[in-house]
Amino acid sequence: MNQRARIGRRAIGGAVLVVVPAVFIAVFFGYPIATVLWRGLGGGGGETFLDLAESSRQRDIVWFTLWQAVASTALTLVVGLPAASIVARLPPRRQRLVRALVTVPFVLPTVLVAGAFTEVFAVTGLDEGALRLRHTVWAILIAHVFFNYAVVVRTVGAFWSGLDHRMEEAARSLGATAWAAFREVTLPRLRPAIASAAAIVFLFSFTSFGVVLILGGPRRATLETEIYRQAVTRTDLETAAALAVVQLVAVLALVVVSTRLERRRPIVGRGARLSRRAASPVWRWVNLGIGFVLLGGPIGVLMERSFSTGDGYGFDHYRALAERAPQLPAPATTALANSIVFAVTATAMAVLVGLLASLVVVHGRRGLARVFDLGLTLPLGTSAVTIGFGMLIALDEPPLDLRTSWWIIPIAHALVGVPFVVRTMVPVLRAIDPALHEAAGVLGASPARARREIDLPIGLRGLVVGAGFAFAVSLGEFGATSFLPRRPENLTAPVALFRLLSTPGDLLRGQAMALAVVLMVLVAAAVLVIESARGSDEGVF
Amino acid sequence: MKKLLLCLLTLGLLAAACGDDDSSGGGELEASTPVDISGTTVTLMTHDSFYVSDSVFEAFTAETGATVELLQVGDAGTMVSEAILTKDAPLADVLFGIDNTFLQRGLDADLFDAYASSNLSGVFPELVLDDQNRVTPIDFGDVCINYWIDALPEGAEPPMSLEDLTDPVFADEVVVQSPESSSPGLAFLLATINGTDDWEQYWADLVANGVSVTAGWEDAYYGEFTAGGGDRSIVVSYASSPPAEVIFADPPVEVAPTGVLLDSCFRQIEFAGILAGTDNRAGAEALIDFMLTPTYQEDVPLNMFVFPALEAAALPSEFVEFASVAEDPQIIAPADIEANRDTWVERWVEIVLG
Repeated sequence: MNQRARIGRRAIGGAVLVVVPAVFIAVFFGYPIATVLWRGLGGGGGETFLDLAESSRQRDIVWFTLWQAVASTALTLVVGLPAASIVARLPPRRQRLVRALVTVPFVLPTVLVAGAFTEVFAVTGLDEGALRLRHTVWAILIAHVFFNYAVVVRTVGAFWSGLDHRMEEAARSLGATAWAAFREVTLPRLRPAIASAAAIVFLFSFTSFGVVLILGGPRRATLETEIYRQAVTRTDLETAAALAVVQLVAVLALVVVSTRLERRRPIVGRGARLSRRAASPVWRWVNLGIGFVLLGGPIGVLMERSFSTGDGYGFDHYRALAERAPQLPAPATTALANSIVFAVTATAMAVLVGLLASLVVVHGRRGLARVFDLGLTLPLGTSAVTIGFGMLIALDEPPLDLRTSWWIIPIAHALVGVPFVVRTMVPVLRAIDPALHEAAGVLGASPARARREIDLPIGLRGLVVGAGFAFAVSLGEFGATSFLPRRPENLTAPVALFRLLSTPGDLLRGQAMALAVVLMVLVAAAVLVIESARGSDEGVF
Repeated sequence: MKKLLLCLLTLGLLAAACGDDDSSGGGELEASTPVDISGTTVTLMTHDSFYVSDSVFEAFTAETGATVELLQVGDAGTMVSEAILTKDAPLADVLFGIDNTFLQRGLDADLFDAYASSNLSGVFPELVLDDQNRVTPIDFGDVCINYWIDALPEGAEPPMSLEDLTDPVFADEVVVQSPESSSPGLAFLLATINGTDDWEQYWADLVANGVSVTAGWEDAYYGEFTAGGGDRSIVVSYASSPPAEVIFADPPVEVAPTGVLLDSCFRQIEFAGILAGTDNRAGAEALIDFMLTPTYQEDVPLNMFVFPALEAAALPSEFVEFASVAEDPQIIAPADIEANRDTWVERWVEIVLG
């Protein structure tokens, strides 16, 4: 191949890398959001912002949204990191199993989880007097840890298991305690993955809706619930749009900070400052135990209810899923099948867009990389109302009249999936030893070939974790889906579940519980399959 | 790679092309009267709680030759907001499910074209709220206090009036939904505004009597009410909840475990209207006519747990036996609701959530 053709091909390759994610995010996120904000704010944007700034209620909401998200993130890290360390040390097969199991909360609707938590609180005596958790901030924080535990365990765990453990061993053989080796050698190298996981947990908690309303009680409001209230209950689009801008700015600021932390080159210890602090593994096991109780409690309650029939226990509610309940346009099993197809489609889109975007973020020119890094994370921190309304009013003209098309649903799901893929891929790609590329160059490989043969196999580690998240997010997605006009034959499992719960009667409620359990099993199995596709688990760093 | 890029870029275009370009077939038929709508599609936009039996719209197709296509979205509030947002390029020909608490908002936004169905003469006259017939009443349901008969405090008679709920015998027994986030919550607030002498004092008394507030119906009914294992025996729900408790009971029961306080009800009426800008006006009219036939009306109760608007529609036996209709429900004109809702809700928040 002559030189010119090679350069040409590389240019096209580079263009694809940039254009595909850029078009995806611009058309399906940037344009709709801009349209809805423009419509909402009209000409008088300035005054609306002044009103917001003057309203003590709105100031309180912004403050509460921020600090509960920070507290949720910190708490999730405290509970999740020890578990991630244990998971990282498991043999590959068991590691995959645990990583699949912890994903389960992602598909559970908050209405059910809130109910299950209430029961756990009641059983453990945490619902009385001073210890009452319901309708307190603690209930919100605990539920956020429940939902986000997987983000830390999976993102950090997968990264951790890829680290070269010989460095810790060297530190230990030089006399460092296990704790010192962890703090001085492991932690600095883990920082990009921790920053990445923390960013996702923060964004999830920042835009949490059901948890705040149901477990936090009617007195609590966050930006997300307030945008819904203004846009839907009060139809004050102007205030809703102004709040959405506040939300966007806050998210943008957070992502800037987190990507900066993530990008910092891993430092390798600050010299041999050896401490004699006890290196007891007990606290780690205690922490892991907390994780099991936290996840197992509510999930156990849901399972018990799904098997509980009027006269004992049985599979009645599961069998009922195959028949159409009067509240549903199709049997719940059809809704499950739809949800699987949507999830596969959304995951494919998220993986393609996320993979290309991650390569740009890691290898692209600095300005471009930064724009990609920010732009592709934003959807995770944007309210479902803003995205749903935006798509409705922006994508209404040919060639993009997608408002009632089948595709709008997986596209909306993929928007939330892409940030997961990017945030799990980027730290992994960044951690690749530059010496590998140099060696490849010395051996005569072009940069493109080096990228293909070094980055992709190693990056796959992050990719499968991100893909698992994208699948789980789509399978359980309710917010944005409920804002998009759908044909009845496109009924998704979470929408079906919600409808089963909206008419009184134990049969319907039992069916909803069974459907939730099937969703949990399904997501665990799917994540297991996706992660097994990676093949060998050898550390390559 | 280039091909891949092209494919992706055209994905959106393809999706649009594969999507719907229906509901446009009726254009050239407009001249003739009565208009032949066979072969056209009538799109009906509604909320997520909507469902009728398959046979119902099949009957419409058999009669008119036109097919009904459903579009469902969130709750009634979301649906109305989205209909207003997409007014310039309507998503459907007919909108169903706007109720009297949202009606004025839709009317103020000029969402609908007027249409007086010839079947309108058969509906309960008090359900017709718009004298210009921009919307047509299709069904109604009462939001009322429900109580779990066996769980009421020892020795207490079931509550008979709204005032009874402030009686210390029902201390810590009542759970309601916030009108800020829940449609039955709003309906019950409206019931108390109309049904008590001084609603602000009434709610202060309820608070003093330990009323609990949840964000939505599900966490009230299944979270704190006896039905889900909760410890409160009185809840805001629907007059049609007792029949649902019988039909979906496990194990089967002979009588409803819950009762309804008929003195506490707010009537929610659901309307259908032709969306302004429809390109299948004749089809839209035919669908509204059809929604007021016994075929449609008699299918409604067991699917949506609401009552038919048509006087002549027969009720299913479960409804006759276990459902009750408030004789004198609380009604507030949609215009008054729209004008005062925000003030009322804000005042309620101050009193109850403080």
